[in-house]
Amino acid sequence: MPTITFDAAGLSVPVAGGTRVVLDPTTVELTEQRVGIIGANGSGKSTLARMVNGLVAPTTGRVRVDGVDVARHGGAVRRRVGFCFTDPASQLVMPTCVEDVELSLRRHEKNAGRRHDRALEVLGRYGLAEHADVSVHALSGGQKQLLALAGVLAVEPAIVVADEPTTLLDLANTRRVADLLFGLDQQLVLVTHDLDLARRCDRVLVVEGARVRYDGAADAAVDDYLASVAS
Amino acid sequence: MSTTGLVGVYQPGTTLLHRLPVGAKLGGLMVLSLAIVLVRSMPWAWVFLAIALALALLARVRLGTLARAARTVLLLAVFVGALQWWWYGRDKAIETFVDLLALSIAAVVVSATTPVNAMLDSFIRWITPLRPIGVDPERVALTIGLAIQALPGTVALAVETRDAARARGVRHPRAFLAPFVVRVVARAHETGDALHARGIGDD
Repeated sequence: MPTITFDAAGLSVPVAGGTRVVLDPTTVELTEQRVGIIGANGSGKSTLARMVNGLVAPTTGRVRVDGVDVARHGGAVRRRVGFCFTDPASQLVMPTCVEDVELSLRRHEKNAGRRHDRALEVLGRYGLAEHADVSVHALSGGQKQLLALAGVLAVEPAIVVADEPTTLLDLANTRRVADLLFGLDQQLVLVTHDLDLARRCDRVLVVEGARVRYDGAADAAVDDYLASVAS
Repeated sequence: MSTTGLVGVYQPGTTLLHRLPVGAKLGGLMVLSLAIVLVRSMPWAWVFLAIALALALLARVRLGTLARAARTVLLLAVFVGALQWWWYGRDKAIETFVDLLALSIAAVVVSATTPVNAMLDSFIRWITPLRPIGVDPERVALTIGLAIQALPGTVALAVETRDAARARGVRHPRAFLAPFVVRVVARAHETGDALHARGIGDD
């Protein structure tokens, strides 16, 4: 598995009258295949996840993926780290499903014909073949999220970071997307409010008040989170 | 309200228009658009509409796609036509209305017969000679493509924001405009993040 290293990585942003700490300097090394991140809204868990592929740059410390500094070599890291957002609507930017997957493949396959064939093959792999020429706006929420994932997985990243990918989905689609994510061979970093999903991870970080409050095995971490919410 | 009718979604096919190079189609659209704008005559307005409809037939564009495009433009055309009627009279209003319809149908024919990625490839080819003076062809082409594709999403945001204002019983334009602008900017941010996350623009 790849190694994601947070080396005193933290984030503060200027606000009126001072600075606000979004994430305290954090030091962790993630080598497990499935890493869950849970915590309350605004606790800093998405910031932690976004640092992995450079969507957010730390203001202190650094983040490395297999030893490569994300801040210095963002492009190289993003070729290895795929990112899936909560709302697929902001991630799907092409008019039809096959064209959106083709957009992901542009850097990897310059020949238009071969790129199209590869995109069709990717859609087939994720059960979207019959929607290849359908408008992305005509898909259901679950299909949109599957398509967004297909666009991420088309380029075969070594790590997939998913930021609350099931939050907007119904139960059936949550299961489809979760089964897809947990069936991946790649390393998965999953930010979620779904504690059942968190329990399926190998390791879970509980983020609270801009810091990692608990870091350990899934069941113990989820129980700790539940206890902290109850108290 | 359909949010995809403003631009035709690509419909695979093998018609002559599908097989034409992107440059020929965009060039043809530009010539037709200029002719529609510059030739101010009622008979010619009907001729241009007939040409646009003939192209749609030739490309076998689905009737539903054309109807959605026409419906969206009709809303705008009715407003513009009413203003024209008030300022210049009935004939001018009808001419403008027919011109807008012809323009929208011609645009839908091009987008329905041309995959966006093919358009991007063409834009990149055309812009590449400007690379020595610092122009990034991939980035410019993607910007143009995104600008076109952002339209349906922006209309969807407008409809959601309007419905939210109505649900709260607020009718003041500010109750619509302020959140709408904020949401459009937020969506632009999210799209930028998504493109960044996909590594698009890194090269």
